[in-house]
Amino acid sequence: MEYILIIISAIFVNNVVLAQFLGICPFLGVSKKISTAVGMTGAVTFVMILATIVTYLIQKFVLDAFGIGFMQTITFILIIAALVQLVEIILKKVSPPLYQALGVFLPLITTNCAILGVAIMTIQKDYNLLEAVVFSGATAIGFGLALVLFAGIREHLDLIDLPKGMKGTPAALIVAGLLAMAFMGFSGIV
Amino acid sequence: MNNWQNFSKGFFKENAVFVLLLGMCPTLGVTSSAINGMGMGLATTFVLIMSNLVISLVSSQIPDKVKIPSFIVIIASFVTMVDLVMAGFVPALHEQLGVFIPLIVVNCIVLGRAEAFASKNKIIPSIIDGAGMGLGFAMALTILGSVRELLGSGKVFGISIFNENYGMLVFVLAPGAFLALGYLIAIINRLRKA
Repeated sequence: MEYILIIISAIFVNNVVLAQFLGICPFLGVSKKISTAVGMTGAVTFVMILATIVTYLIQKFVLDAFGIGFMQTITFILIIAALVQLVEIILKKVSPPLYQALGVFLPLITTNCAILGVAIMTIQKDYNLLEAVVFSGATAIGFGLALVLFAGIREHLDLIDLPKGMKGTPAALIVAGLLAMAFMGFSGIV
Repeated sequence: MNNWQNFSKGFFKENAVFVLLLGMCPTLGVTSSAINGMGMGLATTFVLIMSNLVISLVSSQIPDKVKIPSFIVIIASFVTMVDLVMAGFVPALHEQLGVFIPLIVVNCIVLGRAEAFASKNKIIPSIIDGAGMGLGFAMALTILGSVRELLGSGKVFGISIFNENYGMLVFVLAPGAFLALGYLIAIINRLRKA
């Protein structure tokens, strides 16, 4: 039951993009087509779960053990940057088709604040390792859901005749606002 | 480019939020009130100035291969400093901004200026560039925060402008951030074309 609550909360109620404003850059940047949105979601899910596990272990067995919790920001961002590089190198060697699909998105992920944000939030919420994995996976699914829905709307947005100043980003932001309003409807669930 | 142009470009011509569309996460996430926006903007300004300063000093010594990781370490050290100082002196604001303070590390403006400007220029222009870009970012956040606070609760910086019963709560909540920023950018686009 606890896990179901974490999942529903992370996907719908506290959606990472539409309620917590993490990962807005890829949300606005790679949401012009559904296919790229799906690719980005795959890459984010993969790295987010992996990064959460590694940062969780480092926090528990290195930072907490030696009482150097103030190094959290520096350590986590370095781990994530190194991890993204590592994943890129391993994927290239082991699974070229997967690398083909996710390759372009991987370098973008280091500066995706959702990854670092989830790693830090996991520590703040004091989850255990299994809860942390469930939480990061559900957050990634929430990210994917918002991204794919948004991409679907944006594909149609191109066909509409808008006033000049509204074209592009302003229209996209307002659509995101409406989507966020729709997601607020879930806030009674948990 | 003289110093004044270098400083002022961050406010209008190359404003990080309204024109370059960088640093969107804190822009949307912390601007539920004017004071939060301003606090975040000033914290980012400090990190920008200090990281530009240090990077312009050391960048000639750093080999190309480890350039970006070294920049990230420098930026992260200053972010940690800001985090600890804010937790000590303004705990209420620190609580409000929450996870977005450590996330200054991944703010594209900071790394962007380090890579595009500070690593290629001398120390004085780098500081001026950091101050201009940072204060421009702070200005944008304060404007967005004021607009949201005014529409949402009828106040600006906690001072009542409209009468007590006024309130469109949606502008303080998540959707209002997207809507307010969308319309602000639309207005600015229109003004720039005119």
